[in-house]
Amino acid sequence: MARGPFPLGAAATAAGLALLTLGTLAVVAVRAGGFTPAAADWSAVRFTVLQAAVSAGLSVGLAIPVARALARRRFAGRGALIVLMGAPFLLPVVVAIIGLLAIFGRAGLVNQALTAAGLPPVSIFGFHGVILAHLFLNLPLAVRMLLQGWAAIPAERFRLAASLDFDPAATFRHLERPMLRAVAPGAAVVIFLVCLTSFAVVLTLGGGPAATNVELAIYQALRFEFDLGRAAGLAAVQFMLCAAAVALAGRLAIPTGFGAGLERVARVPAPGGWRRTGDAGAIGLAAAFLFAPLLAVLWRGAPGLLALPASVWSALARSLVVAVGATALSVTAALVLALAVAREAPGRRLFEVAAMLPMAASGLVLGTGLFLMVHPFARVEDLALSVTLVVNAVMSLPFVYRLLLPQARALQADYGQLAAALDLTGTARLRWLVLPRLAAPLGFGAGLAAAMSMGDLGVVALFAGESGATLPLVVSRLAAAYRTEAAAGAALVLTLAGFALFALCDRGGRWLAGT
Amino acid sequence: MLELEGLVVVQGDFRLSASWSAAAGDRIAVIGPSGGGKSTLLMAIAGFLAAQAGRILWQGQDLGPVPPGKRPVSVLFQEQNLFPHLTVERNLALGLTTRAGLSEDERDRIARVLTRVGLEGMGPRRPAELSGGQIGRAALARALLRARPVLLLDEPFAALGPALRAEMVALVNEVADETGALVLMVTHDPVDARAMARTVFVEGGTAWPPQDTQNLFADPPPALRAYLG
Repeated sequence: MARGPFPLGAAATAAGLALLTLGTLAVVAVRAGGFTPAAADWSAVRFTVLQAAVSAGLSVGLAIPVARALARRRFAGRGALIVLMGAPFLLPVVVAIIGLLAIFGRAGLVNQALTAAGLPPVSIFGFHGVILAHLFLNLPLAVRMLLQGWAAIPAERFRLAASLDFDPAATFRHLERPMLRAVAPGAAVVIFLVCLTSFAVVLTLGGGPAATNVELAIYQALRFEFDLGRAAGLAAVQFMLCAAAVALAGRLAIPTGFGAGLERVARVPAPGGWRRTGDAGAIGLAAAFLFAPLLAVLWRGAPGLLALPASVWSALARSLVVAVGATALSVTAALVLALAVAREAPGRRLFEVAAMLPMAASGLVLGTGLFLMVHPFARVEDLALSVTLVVNAVMSLPFVYRLLLPQARALQADYGQLAAALDLTGTARLRWLVLPRLAAPLGFGAGLAAAMSMGDLGVVALFAGESGATLPLVVSRLAAAYRTEAAAGAALVLTLAGFALFALCDRGGRWLAGT
Repeated sequence: MLELEGLVVVQGDFRLSASWSAAAGDRIAVIGPSGGGKSTLLMAIAGFLAAQAGRILWQGQDLGPVPPGKRPVSVLFQEQNLFPHLTVERNLALGLTTRAGLSEDERDRIARVLTRVGLEGMGPRRPAELSGGQIGRAALARALLRARPVLLLDEPFAALGPALRAEMVALVNEVADETGALVLMVTHDPVDARAMARTVFVEGGTAWPPQDTQNLFADPPPALRAYLG
């Protein structure tokens, strides 16, 4: 088919993304001059890769028994449990950390129990603390991705296995292991990538020469040393690490994990005996590990709600404004790119790369570069929120894009010709075809972007003054000042606001799609 | 007049050539074995496939640079002829305007063509609430509204039973009578083809010039004889 006009909007969006990711890196580098990595920088690189690899390996490894148990058992609350497994992806990292501290921290439940039993306490800080937090944040994602793998094994295979009288070991060998070999590497690489750019977790639980990752080293270079050269050099290293991981991910089939539709009839054979107990144990342990910290936030935060400092409410307002702006920007840009790629417009390879660029970028460097570009014209504090808005929009774009692309392709395949035959182009096409057909994924993507922006503690930590903080920053400041109850209360407000925004967008999209 | 001037369309390994013309208002059946190039011919005229060589002209104007929606053409595809998320009325309205609000006159015209094709009062329904035949009627109603001088039908009624299909072909002829359109209708069924005055036989990458349907079927060339069995 004729490939249509040159996609100006998509080209401009892609150029903007390249400018924001590569351009900001260049600005920081030029401003900085030379950079020779020191021993500490290499140790940061080693830590980054090691903790991401361990986090990814553990998340997927531990997700296997949990996902298998969920795939083959039916029990009351199973559906709700699977839905809740989607929650940690939307949970602000600072909130997760407050919950984890309540359970595993110095005065947390675990250490209280250990002390009562006369055992030495464990520390949540350092390498294993970072791993624990990453496990908490990513285990549910891994479980959901693997669960979809189980759901995708054709029912006929299980029927064949039953007719051949396979025992559980044979079922695993012939049906489940091949599926895992296909799905698990993709799941691991996604989590590896997420952990590679982890910031808030390492900022809170890591630190020191033994537990500093590249992103935290960038933060320290910018915030305490104002050493732009080091920041830019580290950012380039970070970029290459992530680009390599993205390239690796591109060669693997990536399961989605946050799709709906996991409800189906039981057909995975459910062996009895000790396996039944094992499955119950896997599900029970995972649920306890995931929900205890969440309940702790609720438990500690609820009393704090009544005595929240005023700064929480103004920060909430700022966070909402940033989230709404970032969402609008992110969804619009992702839609423009997805539509151009779906209709195989000229230059689509470049658009695909542009949409994935933010996966490899450091939010801190992006923000710093932006700040350097505009700071001759305005004050730092005035810029903090706009820079945060843009950075959040850019960082959530790849997720929204990946959600929209398959739907945009289906739209093009099903209705592209009809729309062209009726001369439905430009805004009319948007109005009568694209928005109504894509309302559901647009709503879901907007919810995801809004929740991510709402909970993000990244670039704003660099630039915000006393008065311009977003809610995650206020939470982390309250926690750092040991105002535990107020921090938990503010964390609760943050969580509720994030989930409310997500639910509003998601429901809104589905409602529009249904009318 | 529609002219195919040494037209060659290439689609992967497949290559279709056609070189003939048809007068305005002609009724032409396009018949031939699967994979012979019937759809390719229609999609080239509709503007979805670019010509590798040669030209397509309408009333002397080269259609090459004209995008599908601007061509003097209405198309009924094999499927997906209506947007499922819009009402029948809105689906038809898109043949007239893309504005959200419809004028009294536009509403009137839509109601009239709906009545004309036997869908009186069905404007507020969604396509999912219509039968296969009714969807075909709604798509024809939109073609009636657009009143383009060329009407292309790429087997839109293939899924219907023989009696219903005969009804739809009769309706196509009525619509064409009213708009004076040149009709090119792809079909697998010789019975449908006989309802059209002339027939193009497409086989093995060649679309032969239109011939009188009665004569063609009375004395089919060997390839057509083999196809008809």
